[in-house]
Amino acid sequence: MSKLINGGIKLLNNTLGWIDDRFPLTKTWNEHLAQYYAPKNFNFWYYFGSLALLVLVIQIVTGIWLTMNYKPSAEHAFASVEYIMRDVNWGWWIRYMHSTGSSAFFIVIYLHMFRGMMYGSYKRPRELLWLTGMFIYLILMAEAFFGYLLPWGQMSYWGAQVIISLFGAIPFIGPELAEWIRGDYVVSDVTLNRFFSFHVIAVPLVLCGLVGLHIFALHEVGSNNPDGVEIKKHKDANGIPLDGIPFHPYYTVKDIVAVVVFLIFFCLVVFFNPEMGGYFLEHANFIPADPLKTPEHIAPVWYFTPFYAILRAVPDKLLGVVAMGASTLIFMTLPWLDRSPVKSIRYRGWKYRTALTIFVITFISLGWLGMQVATPNVTLASRIFAVIYFLFFLLMPFYTANDTDKPVPDRVT
Amino acid sequence: MKRTIFLFVVALAWLMAGSATSAGHHLYKADVDISDKASLQRGARTFVNYCMGCHSAAYMRYNRMGDDLGIEESILQNNLMFGTDKSGDTMTIAMQKDDAEKFFGTAPPDLSVNARSRGADWLFTYFMTFYRDDSRPFGVNNLAFKDVAMPHVLWELQGIQKPVYKTVQKEDGSQREVIDHLELETPGTLDSDGYQNTVNDLVNFLVYVGEPAQIQRRSVGVIVILYLLVLLVIVYLLKKEFWKDIH
Repeated sequence: MSKLINGGIKLLNNTLGWIDDRFPLTKTWNEHLAQYYAPKNFNFWYYFGSLALLVLVIQIVTGIWLTMNYKPSAEHAFASVEYIMRDVNWGWWIRYMHSTGSSAFFIVIYLHMFRGMMYGSYKRPRELLWLTGMFIYLILMAEAFFGYLLPWGQMSYWGAQVIISLFGAIPFIGPELAEWIRGDYVVSDVTLNRFFSFHVIAVPLVLCGLVGLHIFALHEVGSNNPDGVEIKKHKDANGIPLDGIPFHPYYTVKDIVAVVVFLIFFCLVVFFNPEMGGYFLEHANFIPADPLKTPEHIAPVWYFTPFYAILRAVPDKLLGVVAMGASTLIFMTLPWLDRSPVKSIRYRGWKYRTALTIFVITFISLGWLGMQVATPNVTLASRIFAVIYFLFFLLMPFYTANDTDKPVPDRVT
Repeated sequence: MKRTIFLFVVALAWLMAGSATSAGHHLYKADVDISDKASLQRGARTFVNYCMGCHSAAYMRYNRMGDDLGIEESILQNNLMFGTDKSGDTMTIAMQKDDAEKFFGTAPPDLSVNARSRGADWLFTYFMTFYRDDSRPFGVNNLAFKDVAMPHVLWELQGIQKPVYKTVQKEDGSQREVIDHLELETPGTLDSDGYQNTVNDLVNFLVYVGEPAQIQRRSVGVIVILYLLVLLVIVYLLKKEFWKDIH
């Protein structure tokens, strides 16, 4: 018996050796997992990176199965979604996983970004890590936008109509550009087909590539941590960071706990409240798209509403589009706007702490305002918050340069 | 802190102020219970007898309805299927869209997912608030759906309601008549409670038709959550075991 086991182990080792001579399997495993040293003091906020990866996998797998049954044509799209919901075995489950997954993706990504802002994870030497992350975020928004047209409901249709028409505000080439994007004078079957193509292949390819880049960039510079100190400064005789632990098995087993907790919340939505009160699946999207009937109130899904509120806050259409674009892109400048020598919020002074708190309130308020019907009060509030939103970034070089920062410890606490 | 919260509430109230004025008539509350099969069966009866003359439920299959609602094949065939004898067919109607537009001015919508866009309470209110309005083509209007193109199909059951007006002062000082409430003018074959129950069963059925999988969804969900809770204990213990030597 033991002979047989020894023989088996030998065979496995030989196979591994054979592969390693031809492909860096063990090397890759060690570099990215078993000998990748992560700070030992990760807290709650450090789960959302791996959770984002989980949601990406959920979206890809459920997306593949949805594509098997969905028909990207103006005539059949709405019906094929209902066919998935009723006649495809477990189709409702696949579809709700996907629709809940899109909202979950943004929840996880927003928390992941907030973590970066709290602990200064965008600061030197992680500027490229932050930039690749921001590109992922932009691509994710494109992915969500293209995907939202596919159910071919009223909100799908008119949401796409509104967003594409924004390109029409660009001087000189605007109207032609909008027409070129739609492929038609209005959103139509042609638009649906190309959006389907973008949603299921073009954008996911870019997304997966960027996620790969993001992880490579991370493993080059190493993770930041809640103390914002570099663990690579203090290494033992073997060159291993004193405050680092191998990602595998320590953080793999820890992240699995987070995965299960996440899945509990995720499944509570999928199985018991998939519409989430109209926030995850909008009520009006259960009406088939009708090019002749504009809905009274067109609101994007919740994850776009902060930027939509900024768009509506600006009286001029072109400037509104510019402001909306700027509000998403401005995150990219954070590594250069932040003048503080301190990374983590734990050792930052009152100025940055206050600014970040105000920014969070502003972001959530804009999100809420973006869902409301634009009454004069709502517009006024949107304007005030939009100004605060940009001031958070534009004033950052000033309030971070002379903040009352505290001394940062040498090692993680 | 208290002051901040107070200011926040005041600000919220101020924001709501603009939108509250545009809110419509008050909504009735529908008592939706998908597990009540008797109610769903009564709703199905009302639906095929009263609604399916003009409205389809084109994504709903007769045999799926029979299975979910516990209706035997023979009863389904004889009492609920008037347009087809294949129980695998969907609940379509014979009226052509073009004809319907000529009859009503607009084609009656398919009701497969109507409950998901309108909501149960709105539907309940809609069925409760038809009233006599001689200026309309079918002699009725509706509080939930102003100038609706549909006649009051359930009038025999409910009877005819007439509006009772009250005078309100507008902001510019002028006065205007608005409907205060509805009053039963000619009684129907059902009393008030009987009609409300009929409407509630119908709304319940429409909610079911909107998503037949919801019965299965919740029961599967309970098992999934229980499984995940057990798994959570195991993976937590695993994490604890590995992290014992990290300080």
